[in-house]
Parts: sequence; structure tokens; C-alpha cells
Amino acid sequence: MLIGRRSARNSHTMDKSITLPPDEIFRNLENAKRFAIDIGGSLTKLAYYSTVQHKVAKVRSFDHATKEAASDKLYEISVQEEVTARLHFIKFENAYIETCLDFIKDHLVNTDTKVIKATGGGAHKFKELIERKLGLKVDKEDEMTCLIKGCNFVLRNIPHEAFVYAKHADSEFRFQTTQPDIFPYLLVNIGSGVSIVKVESEDKFERIGGSSIGGGTFWGLGALLTKTKRFDELLQLASKGQHTSVDMLVKDIYGGSYGSLGLTGDLIASSFGKSATADKEFSKEDMAKSLLHMISNDIGQLACLYAKLHNLSRVYFGGFFIRGHPVTMHTITYSINFFTKGEVQALFLRHEGYLGAIGAFLKGAEEDNPNQYSWGENYAGSSGLMSVSPDMNPMQRARSGTFDMLEMDRLERQLVNLPLLQDPSSYIPDTMDLTEDALAREYWLYCFEEALDGVVKRAVASQPDMPEAAQRAEKFRQKYRHKLQTLRQQPFAYGSLTVRSLLDTREHCLNEFNFPDPYSKIKQKENDMALKYYQKAVKSLEELSWEQRQFALVRVELMAFISCEHPERPWLVDSYDQWFERLKGPPHKCALFFVDNSGVDIILGVMPFVRELLSRGTEVVLASNSGPALNDVTNGELQILTERIAAMDPVIQAGLREDRLMLVQSGSSSPCLDLSRLDKVLAMVVRERQTDLVIIEGMGRAIHTNYYAMLSCESLKMAVIKNSWLADRLGGKLFSVVFKYEVPAGKPSQHSAALSPL
Amino acid sequence: MQLITIFSLTFPAFPWFGMDIGGTLVKLVYFEPVDITAEEEQEEVENLKSIRRYLTSNVAYGKTGVRDVHLELRNLTMCGRTGNLHFIRFPTQAMPRFIQMGHDKNFSSLHTTLCATGGGAYKFENDFRTMADLELLKLDELDCLIRGLLYVDRVSFNGHPEGYYFQNPSDTQSCVKMPCTLDNPFPMLLVNIGSGVSILAVYSENNYKRVTGTSLGGGTFLGLCCLLTGCETFEEALEMASKGDSTNVDKLVKDIYGGDYERFGLQGSAVASSFGHMMSKEKRDSISKEDLARATLVTITNNIGSIARMCAVNEKIERVVFVGNFLRINTVSTKLLAYAMDFWSKGQLRALFLEHEGYFGAVGALMELLKTTEDP
Repeated sequence: MLIGRRSARNSHTMDKSITLPPDEIFRNLENAKRFAIDIGGSLTKLAYYSTVQHKVAKVRSFDHATKEAASDKLYEISVQEEVTARLHFIKFENAYIETCLDFIKDHLVNTDTKVIKATGGGAHKFKELIERKLGLKVDKEDEMTCLIKGCNFVLRNIPHEAFVYAKHADSEFRFQTTQPDIFPYLLVNIGSGVSIVKVESEDKFERIGGSSIGGGTFWGLGALLTKTKRFDELLQLASKGQHTSVDMLVKDIYGGSYGSLGLTGDLIASSFGKSATADKEFSKEDMAKSLLHMISNDIGQLACLYAKLHNLSRVYFGGFFIRGHPVTMHTITYSINFFTKGEVQALFLRHEGYLGAIGAFLKGAEEDNPNQYSWGENYAGSSGLMSVSPDMNPMQRARSGTFDMLEMDRLERQLVNLPLLQDPSSYIPDTMDLTEDALAREYWLYCFEEALDGVVKRAVASQPDMPEAAQRAEKFRQKYRHKLQTLRQQPFAYGSLTVRSLLDTREHCLNEFNFPDPYSKIKQKENDMALKYYQKAVKSLEELSWEQRQFALVRVELMAFISCEHPERPWLVDSYDQWFERLKGPPHKCALFFVDNSGVDIILGVMPFVRELLSRGTEVVLASNSGPALNDVTNGELQILTERIAAMDPVIQAGLREDRLMLVQSGSSSPCLDLSRLDKVLAMVVRERQTDLVIIEGMGRAIHTNYYAMLSCESLKMAVIKNSWLADRLGGKLFSVVFKYEVPAGKPSQHSAALSPL
Repeated sequence: MQLITIFSLTFPAFPWFGMDIGGTLVKLVYFEPVDITAEEEQEEVENLKSIRRYLTSNVAYGKTGVRDVHLELRNLTMCGRTGNLHFIRFPTQAMPRFIQMGHDKNFSSLHTTLCATGGGAYKFENDFRTMADLELLKLDELDCLIRGLLYVDRVSFNGHPEGYYFQNPSDTQSCVKMPCTLDNPFPMLLVNIGSGVSILAVYSENNYKRVTGTSLGGGTFLGLCCLLTGCETFEEALEMASKGDSTNVDKLVKDIYGGDYERFGLQGSAVASSFGHMMSKEKRDSISKEDLARATLVTITNNIGSIARMCAVNEKIERVVFVGNFLRINTVSTKLLAYAMDFWSKGQLRALFLEHEGYFGAVGALMELLKTTEDP
């Protein structure tokens, strides 16, 4: 048993016994291939690549030539096994290394790997042990090269990887949106010493400077001054101390501020300047605090000087001195603010501790071309950020002392920005940041917890033939509930907390327990039903005048969301008049339509709308999810539905035949929409077809996300607010309608309706 | 009577002092006129005489005051008067006693202006007023520093150059101190290392800016040394440092990589982590106080060198002048700074030092006294 050896360790108060069973830690080990290990001064980071077999729902059209023989269902649903690639990263204390290696050896079955890539200062020390235990040859990689490789990888693949730390703000962490171009940047790695590295491209980086005053100085000098041995304890001491009793401040020399130079009285003039006396005792806490300030300020100052010299504004900090410690992040942030007068922000990384391991892994996997793919953090398998002050959250602290995990799924496609984003670097998909908005956070976490029973029930119901489904569903419930509890404590665990991330986490957890598509049967039934009404619906629309029809199309499209009476105009957000005026003008060249739900929505709402666009001479690209999420229509389902509609409707048929109607997958499996992570093919189509209209429908895509998204072409966002809390937030009532037609500034058109802020 | 009036228009009343009250040390310069005429002697009040006698006949004052006799500038002409400039220092902690002495000697009756600079000019202004009935003329410390520095360089050190540098700084065997003057001193990067450090870019006597500063200065060296070794004075700390070996305390590049870190062009002998060995208990138990003092000195000095070098590059200035009392009797640091400037800039930057390292602010303050009375 892996965990059994724990008792051998000293009974330090911060180490609580861990409860994670080992199979939860070294997951998918049986199929692991390609190992990499990064052994630091106190922590070991192990990376491996594995394949994961899991169930996916597939739809297949019946052969309609023998239609009579088939049931009245449209298509058949089958659950198939699919193998996908996943990267696993595990972080644990060096003390566990031998036990972990034993465990790996015992469980490694299907690997033909012969080498393990290793980096970090401890790689040398443990070389022999690793080779003996695993029977793998240790292949050492340069530390800095690995670090940079890892850094590039997380910056490119994990949205919300980088954050700014603000101790006294409402939320400690302010996550940065992924920049389309991550280069150039400065990486300040604070290990025992400090290395300042300028990174210009994937393979081009240079150590432009450094300092010997780093984490080792804090630790070494701190141990001498306070007789405290452990790094964490030193930081604890520092967080309680008062540096002003040890440091000589400007006011100690001047009696106040040094006004003509703008130096305030509280500024440190001389670190340890007051300790040059024999007749005074200083507390450990105060000395530790003073030392922390001295070192953080010094590093911050050097980093600023180098950033200035090389004209760089993005400065990331990492290394064991930082490693999620709020105290050091705070002092470094303070220092950078001071020295650059706020011009440069200190940036930190959520997965900073894994950079070396990721880099070493990538070095070994170069022939697999990992950079050709996009990767996504798997929320179900990752521990999340755990850096809060130990006093605030002792439970989390205990966990960080043991095992921490990161899992990344290889997405079978490259994800890129929608080319029509007005400013990709400032695009934020999510409308509300629940990390910052405590009230909204409270509500949504409660909401998701309340909905959990229903989700579990539906999951079980979706697999009636499988007797163990109930058991799996129960495991899902536990896992997701635990995630929600973690997020309640640490909303920042996976970057900015948003409704989207809560939904995505739920999908990841469902997949984890092999519930690939709980809604498949419901979707099937609803699609089937709606199809029966298609021709009737089209016919009644055709009978209307052009003018009436335009409004009816919008109404029908919106109505598909709700069963109650349609609200009267003016709607909550209502730019229908502008849209109508626009329709009188020339047709759009090409419309990109992000679709939402199955059933009535897609068949009776979207398709008639599409039909009208096609009739006007506008090409249409229908973008639907690549994988299932809630009852959203997937690309696979939409292919079948469109074929069936085409069989009934010559307009759709002609559209398909003439390639004026295209179905493309979005690359997403989320009920929400991140326009900065879309399938590369979609982006290409959008560009080729000179798309000049983007239509986004539904709460998930047009309200929870993209409500404020600015596009470089005309856009239409349509949704009915089906949540009374949110409706209230937006200043409306339940079932309020949002119809938001926008024309980018500088393009001739009527102004769009004034928008109420969220 | 008339004669005296004329005199008082051309130069201020004696005694002439310039004072720089820093965070740790008070620097005092005193001009001792040697051209006193018989009439003057007669006119001179008794306590003025006694001050002159007290200051010039002693080299130590009380327990902690010291006159740096070796720095005395002889036969100097200031404001038409000839005399010797004396350099005196005492700890800022003794400031209350000093003010008390001013009161006891009835200094306020001398009608001299006490020109003072440094933070203490502000901090102790009220004490001077209430305890000794003395009004201070407060002066900006950086203005004084530059003025004093340029003046001393101009008049030279009793016929010898005030400045010096190290030839072959990268080679301990052939490294020698070479005298020099600051002809065409501008632009220069002026690094003043007192308790803390100020770094100025100086383009002319009146055109300069404070580029940055660091709190890791002389006060940090002494403060840490006191905590780590139990020493009490700067002299003691330096004495220990001169005997210690910092490589027992610091982790070098070769301690981590076994040799040079070629990927980054780092020599094995470069310090990778100051005090890095002290993370280990065994190492902590095996080092001496001298080693610790040396490591502290090397750490602080290298850091100042590194920041100064970056500033020089950012400001595009090649000449870096180091001053301040941290450098007093501190050849370990001056040589290390010279080496660091030369090595890391590949010979582009040159480190210069000045013999009166910590006294320029006080000299500048004295000059202000002479200037204020010159312009009515």
C-alpha cells in the first residue's frame, strides 16, 4: 500500500494523513508510456502519457431505403469504446519517491518504454534508484530548456494559466486571458538562485541575467537567523512578522518622507538597518519578514531592470520560492508595482510547479508532435490551484503536502481563434466572473448542487441496460460534489470560475464515469418529434408576407426555447428593428450560425431561419458541438437531421448540393462557447467564405458566454433567459428575451439598442 | 569695526561646519582657518576658540566620535580664507548627545548657520531648535553629495588625485590600485552606498536624476553581521570578513552542476545561491563566523554591483563612481565591485572610487554655507 509508509515521516502538523487511494493518483498507469520526471529540492513531479479508453455515444442513420422495417426512430444510438490520449502529471514530496516508484513498477503492464526523461537538481541523486526500480534508462535533460518548453506549453494550452496576485482584492487571483501570441516574455525563475530568461519563440531563449540572492538565500539565511529549518515554516514566520522593527525605514532617517524624491516614510531605506546593535533582541518572525521583503524587493528590482532593458512587459515568476506561496507572490507583486510604477504586472502560473516535468516529457515526445495538437485541462482529474494561506484553509494545505495532479486531454484537433474576433487579445468568453462576484458565485454553486440529483438520475436512466450504472452515477455524484465544495473554498482552483467552467467540469466528471451522453435518448425522441412538424411549420411561414415572416422567424426561433406565452416587445434587449432594417438591404455573404439544442430548437427554430437566409442568397455555416453536452445537438446528429430535412425541403437540399449550406464542428463539447478555442477547420471555412454575419443562440452561448463579445462583422445574439436569478440580474423577468443585433463601429448601420449591464 | 563688517559680507562667521546626518553615521566637516590675524584672534570669542582647540587637538571624541586624520585637506582656500578641512564622524545614535553638547557650549551664541543635510537634518531639526536653540539650514542630500564630490575632486587630495581605480580587476595577482582624477566627469553613474543605496545619473553639477536605489546597503551588511556573528562594529565586521571564506556559505554554480553551466555561459566559480549552503544543517554547523561575515559582505557587494551595472546599461553611462561609507577600509568590496563591473560588462564599464568616500555630502553642505553668504 502506497500510503502505508507515511507514518515513517515526522508528524509535522501540516501533514494530515491522506485519503486518496493510489489508483486515484496514478491513473491509467497500465497503459502508460513515455515517462518523464522532474526532481526538485523537495518535490518530485512525474509525468506520463497514457491512453484512456472510454465510452462515446455515436449516432448512425438507419438505412432509409428499408424505412418500413426500421422502427420509427430517426437514427440509432450506439455507445462505442474510444481511445484518447491523456497526459498525467503528479506532484509529491521527495520522501515518497521510492514508494511511488515501487507502485509504478508493480502496475506498469503495457509499456515498451526503455527510457525516462529526467530533469531537475535531484535527477542526478535519484538516477540510480530510478534505473534500478523501473528498469528504465534515465536520460537527463537540461533544466532550463525543460522549464521553458513547459511554460510555452501551458501558456498555449491552458486558458487562465497566468494570473495576477492581489492580496487585498475581492479575489486573490486575477486570471489573464490567453494571448494569441505568447512571445516574447520574461521568465524569472527563483530557485536557490535566480535566473532571468528572455523567451522569444518556441526554441529561442536566452538567460539574460540572474542573481545569487534567491530562495536559497531566504532559506539559508533564514535558517541561520531564526533556527527554523523548514522553508514553509520560515514563510509562516514571515507572514506573522513586522519588518519595521528590523528594517530602517525612510522615516527612521528623515522623521517622515523624503518628499523631493517621492520616497514615502514607510519605504525601506536599509534592510536590517536597525539590527546593527548588540543591545536588542529581534523576534524570529520579524527577522523572517524583513528577510522576505529584502529578497523579494531585490528580485523584483532586477526583474524590472531586465524587463526595461529588453522592452518586455510580460514577466512570469516561478521556482520554489514562488510555488503558490501567497506571501512571496504578494511581496514580489508589491515590488514589481513599486519599481515599474504599475507599468509591468507580475504574472504567476497555475501549473508553475509542473513546467519542468511537462518540458522533460515534451522533449521525449517530440516525435509524437505534441505541439500539433491542442490540449485541454481535464477538470475531473486535476487537483486545481491550492495556494491559499495555510491559516485560511488547513485542509487544502494538507493536500498540497501530499499529492497534486494535473491531467490534460489531447484534443483531436487544433483549436484556434475565431478570425472574426475584433480583438483576440482582449476577448473574454465569459460574461460573469464568479471568482470576483461572490453573490453570483454563491447562487450558481448552489444551483449546480441542487441540480445534481437530476443529473445523476438522468445519467442512470440513459443506460438502462447497464446494472452498474447506478453505482457509477453515485461515484460521479461524489466527485462532482467534491469539486463544487472545493470551488466553494477556492473559486480560483481552475482559473476564473464561471458558469461555463462549472458546466464543463460536470461534463468532464460525467465522462470520467462513462456517461458520455446522458441526453442521447431524449435528444433522439425530441428530434424525431420535431421533424414531424417541420413541413407544416415551413408551410405556415411561407404563407406570411415577407415582413411578417421575418418577425415570425425570430419569434419561432426564440419560442423554441420556451413553452409559455411569448413576451411582448419591447424585449429586455431588443434591436429587432435594426435587424429588420438590415434585412431590407443586400443579403449577407455568409452567415456563421452557432446552434444550441436538439429537437424543436434546431429543427423548427434554426432550420427555417437558415432556409430564409439561403433563400436570400446568403451562404450558411452551421457550427455544432463536436461532442455531446447536455441536450445540445452534436455535429453527428445534425448531419443526420439535415439530411432528413433536405429530403423534405428542396431549399435545404439545394443548399447542401450547391455547398451553400455547410455543417462544421465547433471543436467544443461544452454547452457554452469559447470563440478563442474553435476547430481550425471552422476558422478556415469562416475565412474562405468571407463570413459577414455571426449568429449565436441560446443561454449558454449568447448569455453566459459571448454576451459582450465584440466581433469584426455583424452579429446576432438571441436567447431567452430561462433562469429567474439571471433574469433578475439583467433587469428583467423570467423568460425575458435578448435579441442583440450588433454592427461593429465604423461599419455603416443603425446603432444597436442600449444594453443593460449585467 | 568697519573692517569686520566688510569681512562678514564676504565670508560667513566662523565656525564653518558642514554636516551630513545619515541613517547610521553623522559626517561632519570642519574648516579650521590657519590665517587668523592677531586682531581676529582678539575678537574671537572664547567658545569659538575652545571648539577649534577641541576638534583639532583630538582624533577621537567621546566613545564613538572619530576624526579621519588621514583624510584632512591641508592649506585649502575657501571663500578667501586658508585653512585645513577636517573630517569627523560619529554614530547617528549619538546625535542627542551631540545636540546636548551644542547646548552646553552655547553654540547658538556664535551666530553661525548650521548647514545640515541627510535625513537627520529633517529628523533632528526640532531637537536642535528646542534643545540647543539652533536653526538648521536643511539641504538636499543628493545636491550636496554631487557638489561636494566635484569640489573635492577639483581641489585634489593634498596634491594627489582624489579618485582611483583598479588596474586588471579580473586578476587578483596583478590587480593594482591606480590614482586618477575625474576630468570630464559627466555623465557618470554615482552609486552612494550608505545604510541604503542611491544610484544617480549625473549629467552636470545641477542636472542629475535618482535612477533607483536599494535597501541592501551598508546597513544591511552590518545589521546581518551583528545578528549572525554577534559583532558590534563595522570595523569588527570587516575584520572578520577579511578572514572568512564565503564559498563555505554560498552555493556556487559548480556545487550544483559539477562545473561550469555551459548552456548559459556561467562559470563554475560564480555564486549561484548566496547562503545557499546554509539550507543544510550539516553545513550550518561547520562554518565559522568569519565565513558568515565574508559571505554577507560578498552578497551585498555583488548585489549592488549587479544593480549598478544594469542601471549603467539602461542609462547608457560607462563610468560608474562608487562612494559612501560602506567602502571605508573595505578593499574587499572595492575590488569586488571593480571586478564585477569589468567582468559582466566585458570591459565596457569602469568602476571608480574616491578617497573621501563618505564625506561628500558634508562637504557639499559646507559649500552651501559659503555660498549663501556670498550671494546677499
